[in-house]
Amino acid sequence: MGKEKLVVIGNGMAGARAVEEVLARGGGDRFDIVMFGHERYGNYNRIQLSNVLNGTQRPDDILINPLDWYVENGIRLHIGELVDGVDRAAKVVVSSSGIRQRYDKLLIATGSRAFIPPMTGAYLSGGRLKPGLFGYRSLSDCSAILDYVKNSRKVVTIGGGLLGLEAARAMMLLGAESHIVHLAGHLLEMQLDIAGGGILRKAIEQMGIHVHVKKLTTAVLGDDKVTGLVFKDGETLDCDMVIVAAGIKPNAEIGVRAGLTVERAIVVDDHMRSVDDPDVYAVGECAQHRGRVYGLVAPLWDQGKVFADHITRTNPSAAYHGSKLATKLKVMGIELASMGINDPSDERDEVIQFSEPKKGTYKKLIVRDGRLVGGILMGDISKAAYLMQAFDRDSPLPEERLSLLFDLGTPSQKITFDEMPVDAQVCNCNGVTKGAIAACVSSGKRNAPTVMDATRAGKGCGSCKGLVGELVAWLCGGELDEDPSVHYYVPCIPLRKPELVQAIREQGLKSVSAVFKALAGGVEDASSKPALASLLITIWHKEYEDERDARFINDRVHGNIQKDGTFSVVPGMPGGVCTPDELRRIADVAVKYDVPLVKVTGGQRIDLVGIPKDQLPGVWKDLGMPAGSAWGKSYRTCKSCIGSEFCRFGLGDSMGLARKIEKRFRGIDSPGKLKLATAGCPRNCSEALIKDVGAVAIGDGKWEIYVGGAGGSHVRKGDVLCVVESEDEVLRYTGRFMQYYRENAKYKERTYTFVERVGIERIRAVVIEDSEGIAKSLDAAMQASIDAAYDPWEEATAPKTANQFVSLIPAEGA
Amino acid sequence: MTGGVCIGDVAQIPKGEGRTFAVAGRRVALFHTHSGEVFATQAECPHLQGPLADGLTGGATVICPLHERAYDLRTGQGLNGECTSLRVYPISLGTDGKIWLQIPG
Repeated sequence: MGKEKLVVIGNGMAGARAVEEVLARGGGDRFDIVMFGHERYGNYNRIQLSNVLNGTQRPDDILINPLDWYVENGIRLHIGELVDGVDRAAKVVVSSSGIRQRYDKLLIATGSRAFIPPMTGAYLSGGRLKPGLFGYRSLSDCSAILDYVKNSRKVVTIGGGLLGLEAARAMMLLGAESHIVHLAGHLLEMQLDIAGGGILRKAIEQMGIHVHVKKLTTAVLGDDKVTGLVFKDGETLDCDMVIVAAGIKPNAEIGVRAGLTVERAIVVDDHMRSVDDPDVYAVGECAQHRGRVYGLVAPLWDQGKVFADHITRTNPSAAYHGSKLATKLKVMGIELASMGINDPSDERDEVIQFSEPKKGTYKKLIVRDGRLVGGILMGDISKAAYLMQAFDRDSPLPEERLSLLFDLGTPSQKITFDEMPVDAQVCNCNGVTKGAIAACVSSGKRNAPTVMDATRAGKGCGSCKGLVGELVAWLCGGELDEDPSVHYYVPCIPLRKPELVQAIREQGLKSVSAVFKALAGGVEDASSKPALASLLITIWHKEYEDERDARFINDRVHGNIQKDGTFSVVPGMPGGVCTPDELRRIADVAVKYDVPLVKVTGGQRIDLVGIPKDQLPGVWKDLGMPAGSAWGKSYRTCKSCIGSEFCRFGLGDSMGLARKIEKRFRGIDSPGKLKLATAGCPRNCSEALIKDVGAVAIGDGKWEIYVGGAGGSHVRKGDVLCVVESEDEVLRYTGRFMQYYRENAKYKERTYTFVERVGIERIRAVVIEDSEGIAKSLDAAMQASIDAAYDPWEEATAPKTANQFVSLIPAEGA
Repeated sequence: MTGGVCIGDVAQIPKGEGRTFAVAGRRVALFHTHSGEVFATQAECPHLQGPLADGLTGGATVICPLHERAYDLRTGQGLNGECTSLRVYPISLGTDGKIWLQIPG
């Protein structure tokens, strides 16, 4: 029997997902699948368009199915083809370029387009949108907007719904003066009530976005391009660009042309089949089911499943009964969950409410007959999973209403996950349930990334990633056969760090390959190599048998690899101080090697960026300065302020101390990078409070030592380790703390995590009060490491491995 | 019997590491494992063109230095649950330590 032809009009999230569902049911054996997509891409995640607009993701990153996927699955895809006719009698679709395609079954998934409300002057005489006026719906809209905003100073977004808010935020991030114009009395009126909308508005205005509500736009000003807007109340707003995000309009014209029943969209039955033709189906935003058209992804996934069950005959009685709308989202960085109605609508309705506008926290639940019929959570959405489930399943709520809004007393997550039914949906985008995640975990996937890969949970908008992570942790932790590898120092050797150190010492394992041979069954694990190398050098100092392949590339060629495969060169410059002669040599090198970028680093040094591997030895030789260790998991640098030498407020010689610190610790490997600073007074111009170790002069020769500070992706003020009386003591306690950290931290664990995990009291006890009697051995171990340290740039004249600095080797016979 | 292009002596690639070679107008990454095997793949990571020869290897796996995409050197198969894979080239190692590479087509 020959295969039937399944033709799909539309290659958006709905069409592609429906086809995936068909394939998952073995539909590839039953159907030849042909798809038509108007856009010139594979299928992409429209929810993440705002990330493309604000620059955090590139168009490629939001592709769900790249073009290869269609080939691999035997799907014939026509891209850039608009289907504009369906001849149901002949069972043929016709595209605008004249392709005629016969079908046995037809799926219409044409989605929707941006709705441009009627405004005078929106279009030029040719029917084209006036330059500067944009819809916001597709990747091509995004690129047009990004292009135009470059020359725009003031951008107005019409529409204060989800899409509009994200667009307005992106415009602000791109440096434009950003305004939102909204028709309703408060923002996000589909998801929020007046109070919630007010709190949201305040938060948005604090970000620097101007909000105008109750504004109906009646006209677009400008002769040949946008220069402003006119509102119904007579006011005007100047601007040079307008983005319209005022809702969507189903692309249902194809249904009209095919002679199908179309109201707001193509009318379908519970099998997602047109009410007029048993061989024509519709899903997504172009379909109208029981009077409703859905614009969110979760209903679309449900519809795709029903469609696939039905068309493949996997379950001929599969039926869609509509979706209850509950969404969890992140609007402009603010977490939000919304379900059902926003305001009480029946006198039986009971409202439970909590509001803390200063913190941007707002919670409101509407309960009818003991069941949840509506809810808003903003700011703190920790109860969202439980409440959304209760809403979706119409399950009875506990009598203790307060516990609906807050976790009281007992550890919260456990209760929430316990309470969560097996079929509770964790990832709404991809319809992944708690049960599916549990099954995945019990099949042996024991960390969040592998579970996410296998189940696709967290792969939609990404807002549930945290929840998935917690659930996986809970599922692993709650079972007896807990996967202990998370506690191992490296995943391939079942030992925690202290046990591993003991085994290495006892068996005298001095190289990474010896460790693999003795402790990992001879199996090398690439990702574990640098962690083991770091540990071995800490244990064995001079006796460590250095194997260069165990190092990350940065540590093989002593520079930091850049995105184009070149490297950066940072000479040592303790305290940010250098001589005019050194400065001149740096300039000479930059000129001689035509260095693409010379940049002052955050650590008060000078970075020569973009140097090919082959030139590194020459650059180092010509610089004649020591390596600045700016690439590895090691001591990096010590910043300083001018200190007592010149500064009129200086209390201590911060530059001198920085020099001493750098001289002592340069070249010391550690689990994570160590960035230090010294400050000549508590004004902290050198930011010593947010360094891994910072020393602050407080007068009378005294220094405060701070540890565990951070000023990167994580910001943390360091904890005071101690106050000491001299620079020598600063060096001693800094070294002892660093050695304790080296011996006890996990690989890649920075001091800010380490200090919080171990606790500053405990660290103080060990390092200052010597509560464990190990101070001497810590000092000795650090001294041994210092004695074993060397300047790796000396390898300029004596490479360690064959072709160490050769980026391209000519083949002998080529 | 060998055929293809002679790359040169295997000693040009330190054990456990990779190097990039220019072979007949294209760039090829060669890897030399601790167990003495040699593998050849396309030189750049399909993700964002990272130099694979600068990656970390372990057994028959390489990890790109830029964004940690991992690949099986034997088949080129990606190991991150994505469908991208590397082009691999058949290799033979002569008793004299010379590497020969076949470039099809």
